[in-house]
Amino acid sequence: MTEQAIKLKVKDLNFYYGNFLALKKVNLDIPAGKVTAFIGPSGCGKSTLLRTFNRMFELYPGMRAEGEILLDNQNILTKSVDVNMLRASVGMVFQKPTPFPMSIYDNITFGVKLYENLSRSEMDDRVEWALRKAALWNEVKDKLKQSGNSLSGGQQQRLCIARGVATRPEVLLLDEPTSALDPISTAHIEELIHELKQDYTIAIVTHNMQQAARVSDYTAYMYLGELMEFGATDDIFTAPRRKETEDYITGKFG
Amino acid sequence: MEKLSNGANLKRQMMLDSLFRLTTRVFAFLVLALLVGILISLVIGAMPSIRHFGWGFLTSTEWDPVSENYGAVVPIFGTLVTSFIALLIGVPVSFGIAIFLTEICPPLLKRPLGIAVELLAGIPSIIYGMWGLFVFAPLFGDHVQPWIMENLGEWPLVGFLFQGAPMGIGIFTAGLILAIMVIPFIASVMRDVFEVVPPMLKESAYGLGGTTWEVIRNVVLPYTKTGVIGGIMLGLGRALGETMAVTFVIGNSTNLSTSLFDAGNSIASALANEFAEATGEFHMAALIELGLILFFITFVVLSCSKLLLLQLKKQEGRNS
Repeated sequence: MTEQAIKLKVKDLNFYYGNFLALKKVNLDIPAGKVTAFIGPSGCGKSTLLRTFNRMFELYPGMRAEGEILLDNQNILTKSVDVNMLRASVGMVFQKPTPFPMSIYDNITFGVKLYENLSRSEMDDRVEWALRKAALWNEVKDKLKQSGNSLSGGQQQRLCIARGVATRPEVLLLDEPTSALDPISTAHIEELIHELKQDYTIAIVTHNMQQAARVSDYTAYMYLGELMEFGATDDIFTAPRRKETEDYITGKFG
Repeated sequence: MEKLSNGANLKRQMMLDSLFRLTTRVFAFLVLALLVGILISLVIGAMPSIRHFGWGFLTSTEWDPVSENYGAVVPIFGTLVTSFIALLIGVPVSFGIAIFLTEICPPLLKRPLGIAVELLAGIPSIIYGMWGLFVFAPLFGDHVQPWIMENLGEWPLVGFLFQGAPMGIGIFTAGLILAIMVIPFIASVMRDVFEVVPPMLKESAYGLGGTTWEVIRNVVLPYTKTGVIGGIMLGLGRALGETMAVTFVIGNSTNLSTSLFDAGNSIASALANEFAEATGEFHMAALIELGLILFFITFVVLSCSKLLLLQLKKQEGRNS
């Protein structure tokens, strides 16, 4: 994988919740245009790691990260990187659908309006484009003015993905995006991940081993704040190098 | 099956249960009875004045106990304007306090500041009144009022609001004291509702690159609008009915003036001031009619806020 372009490079990353060391010397290269899955038992730090990629942890006092995270060779952890611009180029989707309390249309335009000045028709195009990307357009095109809360759970989550891609980020972070969804909606989202990786670098945290195997190109297994093993998904799932990884993915542990 | 059909025990339990239900029902209807009772007694007490002055009571600016000629315009005007000033100043400040406490405040300061706001709510209104009259009004009259009059008094359109003698007391001062009194109420309600916004919802907005203000304006406020309006109405309710503090600083003048710096009167302070010496034929009835009007105003305000909330809820379902 050395010949591949690296989108995100994590170097010696330590992360603290107050005095608790939650990530220990994590080193990781996330390749561009691929899906990288993070698996591991609860509390292993995979969500924490994901939330360092857009500095979401900064919203909460007492949390801090040490080390380097290079996005296209620029260290995003330095104060000189504007956190709002960073978040505009690193989109995030959460465990539960979080539609904003406004119309479907406004949900999509919220992020776009923050950084781009589009005309009405350009905005309409962007909304359609984002909703098509998220495979939601056909279901909502006649009710764009309705509240985002009126959609079903799976549709809401796709709305959140549409909202995330509407700003045309470079990286998409998915934090257990299907954990609150039924199997059919989950399948929708997984198909979507396949589609989206052509344009975006995707990092996904999941508790579902089959999901990681299905959607990802690379897999990282984490345990107790350490990155235990990282490699091509096929290798990790068929021939893990470490005993711990094998135990976890075969369900002996976790 | 003996336990299930133990007749005597079952009967006793059923009786106790129905007694309990009856008691709660009585308590609930007691509220309704009190409301109706107060309304009826106000109407009966105000009858002589209503008969004598008719609708003219609502349009007359007279308030003359000697010649027994009464009109409600001055106190109604004072009540509405002081409450309006209170909200005009109090709502933005409360909003700022609530936002700071929930979004920006370092955790070390959070508790002390929160407790300070709650303590402010617990100060008896008479203390606000005394402080307003003896401390705030002289300072305001000596240092702030002359400056405002000089600089804003000559302005077109708004100049008439800032004229008269810089006495310190008056409608504006009353509104200002009311603002200080309603701030803790509105701020603590706003803080409580801002705190229940799911962190994930806020994170998704921050995650799109929103600044604190953009997230609050577009996500937190729409999500909490019911609670925010409820908090403002709570403050308005307090401002409309506040008696003691207003009586101290409003000046208790029965003349109508367009200047906010002139003395005025509010319904509640007129009642408090004049009840003891209401001896004339219609004086007492006129005061009670004022009370009835205050009752009516607060009722209308509350109903309007309920309607507004209903409207907002409908709108959310349909478009925004």
